[in-house]
Amino acid sequence: MTKVTMTVNGKSVSAEAEGRTLLVQYLREGLGLTGTHVGCDTSQCGACVVHVDGKAVKSCTVFAMDVAGSEVCTIEGMANADGSLGVVQQAFQDHHGLQCGFCTPGMVMSSAALLAENPRPSESEIRHYLEGNICRCTGYHNIVKAVLAASGQDAGAMAAE
Amino acid sequence: MHNFDFVKPSSIADAVAALSSEGAQALSGGQTLLPTMKQRLAAPDVLVSLTGIAEMQGVCTGEGGLHIGAATPHAVVARDAAAHYPALAALAGGIGDPAVRNRGTIGGSVANNDPAACYPAAVLASGATVVTPHRRIAADDYFQGMFSTALDEGEFITQVIFPIPHKAAYVKFNQPASRFALTAVFVAQFSDGVRVAVTGASNNGVFRWTEAEAALSSDFSAKAISDLTVAADDMISDLHGSAAYRAHLVKVLTGRAVTAAR
Repeated sequence: MTKVTMTVNGKSVSAEAEGRTLLVQYLREGLGLTGTHVGCDTSQCGACVVHVDGKAVKSCTVFAMDVAGSEVCTIEGMANADGSLGVVQQAFQDHHGLQCGFCTPGMVMSSAALLAENPRPSESEIRHYLEGNICRCTGYHNIVKAVLAASGQDAGAMAAE
Repeated sequence: MHNFDFVKPSSIADAVAALSSEGAQALSGGQTLLPTMKQRLAAPDVLVSLTGIAEMQGVCTGEGGLHIGAATPHAVVARDAAAHYPALAALAGGIGDPAVRNRGTIGGSVANNDPAACYPAAVLASGATVVTPHRRIAADDYFQGMFSTALDEGEFITQVIFPIPHKAAYVKFNQPASRFALTAVFVAQFSDGVRVAVTGASNNGVFRWTEAEAALSSDFSAKAISDLTVAADDMISDLHGSAAYRAHLVKVLTGRAVTAAR
């Protein structure tokens, strides 16, 4: 075991890790940040998406040691400083962008990464960008609405399907 | 997965030294290698990360065309190659999903030579050069069958150099679950002829469709290949598509790529 140090949600942290320790294990088991979920563990589902140096990555498919020293942001870092929900989180709540909620941390992190790159995405751009995030409840329609709303666009105008 | 020692050199020379030990394996973005290790299909003693080597990052123009550092993620190629080689940038922007594209690298994809991966088609159709610490390998000599390449034990890719064609396009028939190519075709038109590379279709991995190259070199239009046929003998057959279906796709997608080329 080696001590691995990185910045998570703005704080310098360190925890023991082996070579094979995945970033998601480091976050959940090493740091107790269990908001990041493991769905498929095969990089298909996106429940484990976090940001590493500002980019969305699947934390089940990255070794913790490979991102030592990086800036990591997880779902726990998405709330505002006063503890209230961040813009994307609030939009998911307002538009019921979750059913069971298991995929939600990854959906929120991917959506935030999209909005950082493309502040006013179209419905089709949102659906395309979220293709690596799977919602087993198939709650996509309200998820897309939530992302539209988070970007300041009129989610009510989206066609019902 | 089995445990291993993890090392992350910051120079090509240090990576060469680290990979010279027995049981050492290069790690790039890990988007294929990690799942493979989880299934215990690979169990290296030492994993040598290539993502901390600054000289293996980035896209720039130089002698022989577009130079892409082997550890450059797909998302960076999609962005930074767009002005120089749009078909290559579009290919990079269609691999996997956004999170995979932020980690997966061109060098990892080309070294792995998955029979359904996108990059091998671009490398072969462009007549690119695969650069390692010791030598340069022409694309025609590099790909040696499914998951097989000219790389020696411990050898790794540092850079890929792409000659830039007049016109090119990559058309991928997506396998929506894996996001790999069910079949895909890269067509590139150079002043001395046309090259056509097919991925996702053959049991032997990426290959050049030389009959189409000859026809397209004299007439660069979709109708130039209308009388050609593709043999299904060596094609992959699985639950997603039969060998005959893939053979059919090769011709259809080649025609579409020629029409889309710019």
